Amino acid sequence: MSRTIDRPALIVGFLLLAVAAIVAFDASRQTITSNYGVGPTAMPYVVCAGMVLLGLAHLFVAFRDGLPKPEAADGRALLWIVGGLVGLIACIALGGGFIIATAILFSCTARGFGRDALLVDIAIGLVLGTAIYLLFLKLLTLSLPTGPLEALLS
Amino acid sequence: MDTLLSLANGFSVALEPSKLLFCLIGVFLGTAVGVLPGIGPALTVALLLPVTFKLDPAGSLIMFAGIYYGGMYGGSTTAILLNAPGESASLATALEGSKMAKAGRGGPALATAAIGSFVAGLIATIGLAFLAPWLVEIAVKFGPWDYFALMIVAFVTVSATFGDSPLRGLTSLFLGMMLGLVGIDKLTGQARLTFGVPELLNGVEVTTLAVGLFAVGEALYVASKRWREPEEIIPIKGSLWMTKEDWKRSWAPWLRGTAFGFPIGALPAGGAEVPTFLSYSTEKKLCKYPEEFGKGAIEGVAGPEAANNASAAGTLVPLLTLGLPTSATAAIMLAGFQQYGLNPGPLLFAEKPDLVWGLIASLFIANVMLVVLNLPLIGLWVRLLAIPQPWLYAGILVFATMGTLAVNPSPVELGMLFGFGYLGYLMRRFDYPVAPMVVGLILGPMAEAQLRRALQISLGDPMILLENPISATLLGIAFIALVAPFVMSGLNKFKAAED
Repeated sequence: MSRTIDRPALIVGFLLLAVAAIVAFDASRQTITSNYGVGPTAMPYVVCAGMVLLGLAHLFVAFRDGLPKPEAADGRALLWIVGGLVGLIACIALGGGFIIATAILFSCTARGFGRDALLVDIAIGLVLGTAIYLLFLKLLTLSLPTGPLEALLS
Repeated sequence: MDTLLSLANGFSVALEPSKLLFCLIGVFLGTAVGVLPGIGPALTVALLLPVTFKLDPAGSLIMFAGIYYGGMYGGSTTAILLNAPGESASLATALEGSKMAKAGRGGPALATAAIGSFVAGLIATIGLAFLAPWLVEIAVKFGPWDYFALMIVAFVTVSATFGDSPLRGLTSLFLGMMLGLVGIDKLTGQARLTFGVPELLNGVEVTTLAVGLFAVGEALYVASKRWREPEEIIPIKGSLWMTKEDWKRSWAPWLRGTAFGFPIGALPAGGAEVPTFLSYSTEKKLCKYPEEFGKGAIEGVAGPEAANNASAAGTLVPLLTLGLPTSATAAIMLAGFQQYGLNPGPLLFAEKPDLVWGLIASLFIANVMLVVLNLPLIGLWVRLLAIPQPWLYAGILVFATMGTLAVNPSPVELGMLFGFGYLGYLMRRFDYPVAPMVVGLILGPMAEAQLRRALQISLGDPMILLENPISATLLGIAFIALVAPFVMSGLNKFKAAED
């Protein structure tokens, strides 16, 4: 067994302790506490205590076996998909509408999975988005976020 | 007799044309997504939850149940033909099933899985119908302390049985419980962990967490190790039908699998993994041709598949009678009930017998539909497996965001969805189970409410939890289940050191 410190386990341990601290801090600011000892702060403190224990256990594990070693990840693939997700949020926030947002997400994800036909995928995304938009509007009577393309449809 | 009467009543509800249609849509969708690698029944229900909230409750719930059963059926197809189990419950099926398919006996493997699932589903649903009213009688007498203790048991077993490390399972559970704290406290109206963000006042939606963890997380994880060539689909050669010999070797494993699956699923012990592997090892021991195991023994498909389906029906027992979810899918189905303001439990049986018994009756119908639908349509399901991976996952992500966009298209909600997605990716990478987190989010607030109710009745005396025999026993079980893995691993280490 190697005696090196497992960095991921160490990080998870400290993160858990940090989250526990946030939960405790939030609970300590509660003003109304209930009569019989179990007000809205009891459960946060229980969760906090559990997280402190788990955090310490992770620190302990970091000096032992550590966490399972993951395989190397394909960073570019991840970046494409995360980019697509961020693009979707931006598109919705800026009023671009559902159909364009769907096309962005669809084409970026397909690119992330190794397809090399961005324009074709954008077209597929637009068609898919339009179909879902109409289905939701007519069949389920739910309205999706609208933008310039949706305005053309109605 | 009462049960039969209620069940007959349920059938009169479930056989209405509109309900039959919902059931058909459910089993169809369920099988389709069960077949697709990467999405399981939990995710499908989570994806459909937001878009069905304007539909009729009974119909939607019947559809969700159909998806649950269908997903279990579909999972076996992927496991056999692709050797890539869609969910952990079909891991055992894949062991022998893919070997059979490679040996040109894919048809009989699929057939024994489908018919075994049918037999098991039928028996287990009968079990559910007769066990549920009896359990409801007991549950009526449960106090808040008993419910609290029951939830503690569920917490422990869910986080200890999913994944191989109790430490990582519990970490996942506590993260879920922490998310359950977010929002307005129901008893005092105070905001907890909202940090002044108004979108957080209503708490974290179960569907947002589930879709983020399962869909976005899975897509990121698969993309991150993309260069690994996908498994090849094994074409089905020869006859689909089982020979006389196959039948003779299958019927006993079906029944034994059911006997493992239903009780373990019905106990708050969580998951279908345990019964499927128990069934697999039992069949391996009892088989007359042990040399065939590892090369494609039909018993190794028949038993685990039956256990898998029986446990799916089993998990519905605590869900319907106690409102206690013991698997990720059950947790999301509970969210489905809550979306219509329904709370599963003894009260629901008294207040909405039509709905509950209609749901149980529809399970029988779903089972029949599945066995009729599954074998003739096998060609269609196989074609689903051939969808190119980039389009498959791009489509999954589009559907994943669709629900959130329809109900709550705020950047905060979308950001949370993707945040949970990235967390789900990291958790998969370091082998943390994600299901306990979903269970923690939904059960955490329920456990808190029961505990506070219990302590209000006892005027703040925590001993009430230990003074009641039922809650004391349950807490004892939970304690043993929590400590046992650590003690056992300690013993193992001790043994290893001795050798």
